[in-house]
Amino acid sequence: MARYNGYARPKNRKKTIKQLLHYMGIYKWSMVLVALLVCISSLANIMGTYLLKPVVNHYILPGDIPGLLGMLLFMAVMYGCGALATLGYNQLMVHTSQKIVGRIRRDLFAHTQTLPLSYFDAHTHGELMSRFTNDVDTLTEALNNSFTLLIQSFIVVTGTITMLIILNFQLSLIVIAFLVLMFFLIRFNGKKSKIYYLEQQKYLGSINSFVEEMVSGQKVEKVFNHEEQDFREFCRRNEALRQSSTKALSYSGMMVPTIVSLSYFNYAVSACVGGMFVLSGLMDLGSLTSYLVYVRQSAMPMNQFTQQINFLLAALSGAERIFEMMEESPETDEGKITLCHVQERDGMLQENDREGRDYAWKVPQADGSCRLVPLKGDVRFTNVVFGYTSEKKILNGISLYAKPGQKIAFVGSTGAGKTTIINLINRFYEIQEGVITYDGLDLRDICKKDLRRSLSMVIQDTHLFTGTIADNIRYGRLKASDEEVRQAARIANADSFIRRLPEGYDTMLHSDGANLSQGQRQLLAIARAAISRPPVLILDEATSSVDTRTERLIEKGMDSLMEGRTVFVIAHRLSTVRNSKAIMVLEQGKIIERGSHEELIAQRGRYYRLYTGQFELD
Amino acid sequence: MKRLLSYLKKYKTAALLAVLCIILETFLELIIPLIMADMVDTGIATANQSYIFQRGLLMGVCALAALILGTGSARFAAVCGQGAGAEIRKDEYRKLQQFSFSNTDRFRTSSLVTRLTGDVTNIQNSISSGLRPAFRAPVMMITAVGVSFYINKELAAVFLVAAPALGILLFLIIRRVRPLYSKMQKSVDLVNRIIQENLAAIRVVKAYVRGDYELAKFEEVNLGLQTTSEKAFRTASLNMPAMQLVMYATILCILWFGGDLVSSGGLRVGELTGFLSYVLQVLNSLMMISNVFMMFTRSIASWRRICEVMDEKIDITEEHAKNISVTRGEIIFDHVFFKYSKNAREYVLSDICLHIEPGQTVGIIGRTGAAKSTLVQLIPRLYDATEGSVLIDGHPVQDYPLKPLRDSIAMVLQKNTLFSGTVKENLLWGREDASQEEIEEACRIACVDEFIERLEKGYDTDLGQGGVNVSGGQKQRLCIARALLKKPRVLILDDSTSAVDTATEARIREGLANHLPQTTKIMIAQRISSVFHADKIIILEDGRIHAAGTHRELLANDSIYQEIYRSQQEGVAL
Repeated sequence: MARYNGYARPKNRKKTIKQLLHYMGIYKWSMVLVALLVCISSLANIMGTYLLKPVVNHYILPGDIPGLLGMLLFMAVMYGCGALATLGYNQLMVHTSQKIVGRIRRDLFAHTQTLPLSYFDAHTHGELMSRFTNDVDTLTEALNNSFTLLIQSFIVVTGTITMLIILNFQLSLIVIAFLVLMFFLIRFNGKKSKIYYLEQQKYLGSINSFVEEMVSGQKVEKVFNHEEQDFREFCRRNEALRQSSTKALSYSGMMVPTIVSLSYFNYAVSACVGGMFVLSGLMDLGSLTSYLVYVRQSAMPMNQFTQQINFLLAALSGAERIFEMMEESPETDEGKITLCHVQERDGMLQENDREGRDYAWKVPQADGSCRLVPLKGDVRFTNVVFGYTSEKKILNGISLYAKPGQKIAFVGSTGAGKTTIINLINRFYEIQEGVITYDGLDLRDICKKDLRRSLSMVIQDTHLFTGTIADNIRYGRLKASDEEVRQAARIANADSFIRRLPEGYDTMLHSDGANLSQGQRQLLAIARAAISRPPVLILDEATSSVDTRTERLIEKGMDSLMEGRTVFVIAHRLSTVRNSKAIMVLEQGKIIERGSHEELIAQRGRYYRLYTGQFELD
Repeated sequence: MKRLLSYLKKYKTAALLAVLCIILETFLELIIPLIMADMVDTGIATANQSYIFQRGLLMGVCALAALILGTGSARFAAVCGQGAGAEIRKDEYRKLQQFSFSNTDRFRTSSLVTRLTGDVTNIQNSISSGLRPAFRAPVMMITAVGVSFYINKELAAVFLVAAPALGILLFLIIRRVRPLYSKMQKSVDLVNRIIQENLAAIRVVKAYVRGDYELAKFEEVNLGLQTTSEKAFRTASLNMPAMQLVMYATILCILWFGGDLVSSGGLRVGELTGFLSYVLQVLNSLMMISNVFMMFTRSIASWRRICEVMDEKIDITEEHAKNISVTRGEIIFDHVFFKYSKNAREYVLSDICLHIEPGQTVGIIGRTGAAKSTLVQLIPRLYDATEGSVLIDGHPVQDYPLKPLRDSIAMVLQKNTLFSGTVKENLLWGREDASQEEIEEACRIACVDEFIERLEKGYDTDLGQGGVNVSGGQKQRLCIARALLKKPRVLILDDSTSAVDTATEARIREGLANHLPQTTKIMIAQRISSVFHADKIIILEDGRIHAAGTHRELLANDSIYQEIYRSQQEGVAL
């Protein structure tokens, strides 16, 4: 169990920042407005502090009450503007940051949809989910507050330093020297804590993936009394997370007190040197006192600045993981050939907008026109070599052909490569050598979307989505009417059990249809395929959990639906395949026999043995 | 709240040290300006160079001490915040493991995942980064308020108005934002669910070219999350301008009343300036405190969600358990009725009466949805019967403690689940301390040994998430081997050879008969060939036992059995 996929790669913070800035750039006018409002708010604040001295000196000391009132009114207006600006930038920033984060999440999801299956095979669901939630969360936190606070403290720091330089240039050199020191410290510390932040996000992902997998496999855990072992594994990951996050927070938490005490040192050194200046007559006492007040004031925004840098660091490690996933290369799809509906008129094929039964491939020609090739479902493999990993070949130079318009079955012992063949027809995976043609066209030249649209597939593991039963069937063709849904269910023989459910077709399914039996789920998957009215149908162990009597009924329905069309069937149960027109027997990635049921029985070969194994009863 | 504090207990020392460091550091911060004032007033005024350096040095020492204390507080706060979070997560996971399926269904997998990660992180972070302002601000505030009252009581009365005003504003904001945070976490759950389902069904999505549809679905929940979190954060951010408003108003009031006092001679100008700086300190601390409140409000929303998990009433408990274990493997169903939820109208299983002798082999067949799987899942108490009772060796299953009960029953589920990890790690689920020979023997019986040997790394081959790299039939056989390692009294195979070819299945069946003669075997199957040899075959129809008997008896007398037989026999008579 102790396995974790997210290995550390050389990380490029600059690139992450650039990508993040790109997203912020989309809302650049909002961001500019936010920055402007932050400036107004900070200026109001600084001005207020700056005005205190003249208010006291010019109005309070001489006792000029009407003057004081006027001044205070002016300050009230100024403060009012400041508070309004604060309100404005906070609201606008939250709005913008949610938009940015929402967009990042959306783009990430959209990108996920384009990734090849091999990526999903190699990453656990929970770990990928963690990027959408935990990693995006850190980013939200930072965007909500850090951006504005950074600008704010930057303004205050710059303002104060300018004041210091104006007040006394020589003394301000000390402050500047300390600022440079602080800058390098922040950078150094940031580098360290970033490593731990990244680790923290990684372990959070690993906990996410573990919990997801264990909750999904809860039945197995209970059946095997595996709670203790799983708990131990959970504790191990939990402990790893605890350690790395403690380290991350200790390092980053150290930064604020470090900066604070550095500013004390700064304060002390400035005071001592300033004292010397006064003693040697370079400066008067009054100027030193007000100078020191400013030195002290510069500590606060520095402190705030540092704190925000911390949040940003955490956010960047989250962002890094998000953008890393966005950079995974999508499935290759260089195909130009598309699928269209056609109608035959005067012996000629013509493209047709209406959804009919006939399809054709639209093959673009060199001169810009298109050639129509009728879709027949003629699939041929020529010397195809394939393995899920490059080291181990599953299919070793396989050649096969399927006559269009027939039911073609693959049988063979488990692991012979039947599902693999299907995965290749669908281009879930890319072949390493050889050619697959579909109606005489190279599979790679066909646009992937259209290729898959031409094939309807019922796979071994049935997956249902949260939603009603009708929604789940409609997944095959989104525009299907209620009547068509019911008709598809009838073909799949699912209608009777659906109607017995408390709310019939409107019964909500939760948690992958937990309370439906495996067989019932398979019936729904078949209905989903039936409603999609595909030119080619692939059934991969589609009825393995369905009893044989029900299966016969489905078979009849499907046979009439798929009349004259190509159907690929994979099954172990030979009763499922025996009325296929051509049966191919696979063994270790090779076809060892092919023919009709009767021919193969007569051959008395592998098929015969497989088949008779089932009826050794009497 | 009390419970939350109890999690801090284990990290009491760290928590106390953190608080101590924070308070001491704050005091240092208050002292340093005083030293400075002394230096300026005494040292510079009297031109005492050594006094200046001495004070300067003292300030340096204070700064160093502040550094150590500050670093310490950061470290201790991290230790106790992250530690408490880890403890919470551990307890929550523990509880989660006890959940029955209906418990899990109530929460949904994706929501449980969020409750164990994101929600705990919220709490952790507010402890780790909230501790400092939470203790620092009150100290700053109390001293500043004390000093300002000391300077001028009348003027300090402004606080008596400002503080409650701020309090009320804060209260109003928090009251509004709290439900918004809960709503936000719910939207997170929803987003999580869409992602999880999408990832699980990625093959279906790709096969039906539904990427755009899924994206549209995602965009909807994403927008929901965006809107709810925007609402929550926007409300929370009202805190800042509200704070500023009060702060500015206070400053203006003090200038006005202070000016008045100065002109009437009740206050010196120097005192007014000093007073103002303390006012700023008070207001800044209030700002910090209100930020802490905002942070804690969010954590409390998360804590509630965690408590919902911890307080969930477990459906399947051990309260009737006695100290007994399964010895023979005799199973009796006594007028068992079952439905998944109390509100369901129809029973899934009705009036099941069944007697299985120890060591017997029983086959169960029946139409899809006849409740075959449900029936056998009552034996290891994956569900409890709604009415009637299931007895093993004469005792109701509820009398057995769960662990020994499930240890003695091995069940191969219809939906085979393998976990990420190697072949061997998956097999060891059966028994952790199984030796290599035992593993190999189990694999031989399950006819999966050849397959494993063909793998490049053999038993150490990585299976990938959910065993994606293994075909359906191989998965089933691995699952059988995993179950065999338990050396069970009762073995239940729930349609677990459906993807295995008939010849192999026959070999597995033989192996089981030879190696586990004492074990009671229950097999659910579709193929008659899988069960015809059984001592008893039960035909389930719509949740009732339609008929029971041997292959010959049923073939002779039962119409459904004959029908099933015929449906599988066709084409054979060549």
